[in-house]
Amino acid sequence: MAERELNFGEALNEAMRQEMQRDPKVVVMGEDVAGGADVDHLEGDDAWGGVLGVTKGLVKEFGRNRVIDTPISESGFIGAAVGAAATGLRPIAEMMFVGFMGVCFDQLLNQGAKLRYMFGGKAKVPLVIRTICGGGYRAAAQHSQVLHSLFTHIPGLKTVVPSTPYDAKGLLISAIRDDDLVIFFEDITFGGIKGVVPEEDYTIPFGKADIKRAGEDVTIVAIGKMVHHSLTAATELEKQGKSAEVIDPRTLSPFDEDTVLESVEKTGRLVIADESHPRCNVATDIAAMVADKGFDYLNAPIKMVSAPHTPVPFSPPLEDHYLPNPQKISEAALGLF
Amino acid sequence: MDIPKDKLLWIYERMQLIRVFETRVSTEFGKGKIPGFVHLYAGEEAVAVGICAHLTDADYMTSTHRGHGHCVAKGVDVRGMMAELFGRATGICKGKGGSMHIADMDKGMLGANGIVGGGPPLACGSGLTAKTNGTDQVTICFFGDGASEQGTLHESLNLAAIWKLPIIFVAENNGYAESTPAHYHCSVENIADRAAAYNMPGVTIDGNDLFAVYESAHEAVARARAGQGPSLLECKTYRHFGHFEGDAQTYKIAEENEKYRTELDPIKRFKDAVLPRSLISEDELAEIDQRVNAAIDEAVTFAEDSPFPEVQETFTDVYVNY
Repeated sequence: MAERELNFGEALNEAMRQEMQRDPKVVVMGEDVAGGADVDHLEGDDAWGGVLGVTKGLVKEFGRNRVIDTPISESGFIGAAVGAAATGLRPIAEMMFVGFMGVCFDQLLNQGAKLRYMFGGKAKVPLVIRTICGGGYRAAAQHSQVLHSLFTHIPGLKTVVPSTPYDAKGLLISAIRDDDLVIFFEDITFGGIKGVVPEEDYTIPFGKADIKRAGEDVTIVAIGKMVHHSLTAATELEKQGKSAEVIDPRTLSPFDEDTVLESVEKTGRLVIADESHPRCNVATDIAAMVADKGFDYLNAPIKMVSAPHTPVPFSPPLEDHYLPNPQKISEAALGLF
Repeated sequence: MDIPKDKLLWIYERMQLIRVFETRVSTEFGKGKIPGFVHLYAGEEAVAVGICAHLTDADYMTSTHRGHGHCVAKGVDVRGMMAELFGRATGICKGKGGSMHIADMDKGMLGANGIVGGGPPLACGSGLTAKTNGTDQVTICFFGDGASEQGTLHESLNLAAIWKLPIIFVAENNGYAESTPAHYHCSVENIADRAAAYNMPGVTIDGNDLFAVYESAHEAVARARAGQGPSLLECKTYRHFGHFEGDAQTYKIAEENEKYRTELDPIKRFKDAVLPRSLISEDELAEIDQRVNAAIDEAVTFAEDSPFPEVQETFTDVYVNY
């Protein structure tokens, strides 16, 4: 029998469904995660199932007590999710777009991220916040951001950036079972990505990178959408006689240093592709780590491919110019030889 | 209250300009000519126009993700707006902002907004500027029923009240925050009831009745200009389209949707009010319709004929040295 394929959203949906079946304390909440609350003719069905349909169907199986539509009150419902997590539920909160995190930042920065530590370990916050990120959808400056670097900076938060349906399901199940607050980033352009996903539940451990392509001459560490661009770049590099190894860290906090260092020891060259702005991002963080712990392995400077230090422009030619792409990655890699 | 004839003609033209603009945007979006997201204002025209009929270019406005109607009512050029939606260099924001970020500082239009509840604090800012400078400029703060549940709105209502800022908070209650009905997401039946908590006047009106909006706005604007502080005006209305283009709108009640598109339509109701009383003639309306249609055709042609911005434009209007 052929292995079953799911798209990215379906894999996430299945992870949530299986975890909700397994643990009655798991609840889903957010703006329009079902949609159509208290609309008689929908009879308990959803109107949207999230803006991209990722939570579609959950309300039918689990009811509105466990799939909770919220008002557009990000501070309120994210804070409520933190409080519920600290007192026994395991919420999965959906923050429609990562830019909206700006509205509720206190509840993450000063509350959710710090409770366990400030309370001397007497509280835990088993909360997952799923959020859409990334450019390429012509969604303009407030709806196209990549803010994983911002959240990776904050102690008490874990950050997950899956790039395939398989990883998405396994990482989301791990996130739901994790006792810390996890920010889970879902790239807006991943809707059409399909891949083999096992039907049973499974976990992927945090802090374990995945080598998406093995290679000998240059290491490319790529985050989220950049994994796909880097694989395309690797194909181009192959034509140029250069063998690229593509590493997907999958989680940024915790971060798998060993896999990156072992690869750089082998290749001697490192490119890091991160759609973030160029200052103080995860790419600069990885570069610093390798400079510190793997300096002797390097045969060339570390190259970073990032978006520029500007908001995301709306106009398609500008956004295309703004975004990192396979060509920018392969050119950066070729520049190291 | 009687509205002067030239004002009535202006009102009809602006409402019709919004309607035709939005209908055309829906068409062009469907053809794939407009990238990204669009949230259309059609059906709510009487609110923006009934309020903006009392403003000058010097007055300020903050808007929402459903901002095209506010822009048109405030007098923003529809050619520049259309070009912005098409992502062209001639757009009102050089193509860098798009539908959700249309702004025109020359018209006091402080931006549509992709963040629900993003506008009210900014409105307090322009209100503070006017008060500090001792001018009689007012600020209109448009927000939807969805934003009425944001902390930023409540903080802003309080700020405006304690500082007696010249602001008219206009709740455009179209019944749905995205796909979520107001009767679920809102703790009160009328958003304007919350004005009492902030010690300001609050009224709830039929937002599809241009004359009701005009009259209530007249009072609130006069109060603000006279330095007597803010008001909260709730206009009950309905959007003809979905939350965004592409929304299947399964949450809407079919009969309700139909009713708002026909007998409760604000433009139809305006015509029904002015024609029998011979305030405006059929010919005058037809002449306006013709002018509006031509203006929107011209706006689309202008947008399509305009170049995209040069890629160097990515790096302007922000400090970037990396």
